[in-house]
Amino acid sequence: MDHVAALLVELGLLFLGLSLLGLAARRLGLSPVPFVLIAALALGDGGIVPLSTAEPFLTASAEIGVVLLLLTLGLEFSASELFSSFRRHAPSGVVDLVLNAPPGFAAGLLLGLPWQGALALAGVTWISSSGIVARLLGDLGRLANRETPAVLSVLVLEDLAMALFLPLLVVALAGGGPTAAAAGIALAVGAVLVVLLAARRHGHRLGRLLTHDDDEQVMLRLVGLTLLVAGLAQAMGASAAVGAFLVGLALPASFADRARAILGPLRDLFAALFFVAFGFATDPGAILPVLPAALALAAVTTATKIGTGWFAARRDGVAVPGRLRAGTALVARGEFSIVIAGLAVTTGLADVGPIATGYVLILAVTGPVLTRVVEPLSAHFLPAPSLR
Amino acid sequence: MELEETLLPGVGVRYELQTRSGQVLGIVVQREGGAEIAVYDRRDPDRARGMFRLEPEEADAVAEVLGAPRLTQRFADLSREVPGLESGRFPIAEGSPFAGRTLGETRARTLTGCSIVAIVRGADVVPSPSPGDPLRAGDVLVAIGSSTGLEQLDRRLSGRLPG
Repeated sequence: MDHVAALLVELGLLFLGLSLLGLAARRLGLSPVPFVLIAALALGDGGIVPLSTAEPFLTASAEIGVVLLLLTLGLEFSASELFSSFRRHAPSGVVDLVLNAPPGFAAGLLLGLPWQGALALAGVTWISSSGIVARLLGDLGRLANRETPAVLSVLVLEDLAMALFLPLLVVALAGGGPTAAAAGIALAVGAVLVVLLAARRHGHRLGRLLTHDDDEQVMLRLVGLTLLVAGLAQAMGASAAVGAFLVGLALPASFADRARAILGPLRDLFAALFFVAFGFATDPGAILPVLPAALALAAVTTATKIGTGWFAARRDGVAVPGRLRAGTALVARGEFSIVIAGLAVTTGLADVGPIATGYVLILAVTGPVLTRVVEPLSAHFLPAPSLR
Repeated sequence: MELEETLLPGVGVRYELQTRSGQVLGIVVQREGGAEIAVYDRRDPDRARGMFRLEPEEADAVAEVLGAPRLTQRFADLSREVPGLESGRFPIAEGSPFAGRTLGETRARTLTGCSIVAIVRGADVVPSPSPGDPLRAGDVLVAIGSSTGLEQLDRRLSGRLPG
């Protein structure tokens, strides 16, 4: 086959395969992320489909996938939601960080990773999957529950923390000393604050600039602007992902709804390719040896996430069953853990890949199952019914 | 009566109402326009039960039944949120050429691109009026559209534009 034919056939088979996996995941009520990861591990040399021709395309698409994931993450939360979550649930965000990042860091050091790799693993264990959790709450009919605002606020704070953590990680991975790291963090904090404040005052102007009657125009302008900012951020030594996140944050809520609708399919396509590329770059043989470590880490951080949700829900005056629902709902890790691990892998810390893959595979599946199971069980913790 | 409002980041807003009869009603209004209506578990008051899910158009239908008078307020809010879309209230004055004719005869949508979303008649509101609805002097039309479209509509309704 000539080059073009081979490329098209490989990509065609890839997308058809992803479609089947998505169907299977939906049937089981789970996230497609772990399924895609497993399938991607089976690809590559010696796999079912070698995908040798598509590899350069996959690599480029993976970068765009991360940019679009972070852009839509920024679009997801309006500045007012961020401010109100911060005011009300800042302590929960701190508890989340203190409980869930250190296990990852310690495990990284115990596994013999350099401290930069351990830092990446801390991020992997810290960030819950807002995609999986938000969908789960909707599917289980828990949106009206009293613990739900606390759960969603923890997710918002984590996503905001991502904007600060990613630049920190990028600086650390680049091999800079403490001074460079401090400067990197200061720059990141400054940029996020400036963008949030500017979005409050002038966001509507940016919205007007991008708005057009024609969906195609909106898509081209938005993707163009985002890739430009992401590229410039990358060139300045920050991360492309952070630049994209800031663009998402800066857009006004009125425009964000339309932007999400237009970008949704594009984001899903490229994000799927990102997961494929990540699994593709990970050696399946390397996962088995670290699987026990991943299991232990998953067990520990399941407990710490339950603690986080418990704490956050208790602050809202929720009783024990609700605290358990909140805690278990937060257990799932997914897309952003892989984004963090992907950053580490592309800078040469390939050892982060297998442990992060194993870890996400376990928790993206057990998290949703756990919170389903705990719902009927937690009824035992209820006080005796009062006669009314 | 106290209607408690809680922000659900990324999802929408939850409203909670303790009725005088002692029941607690929860309504989640989602950003995409859908809604969920729930009653809380008596034993576990944090847990929503009897979840009732409404698609955006179903939520609109229920809202229309319960809250037609709130329509004008909602459109004012809408115009603040969507850049380029504005709303306006246009009285049908005594001398207006359309007093006594039907809404369809204004040909508002064809000629100005504006949608008439309600007719306010004293304390009554006719939501989503149809072309056959009669207009009377003193009525106020609530319309949404672009700012130029609304200007044209204003001129047309007051008779300053030949029809």
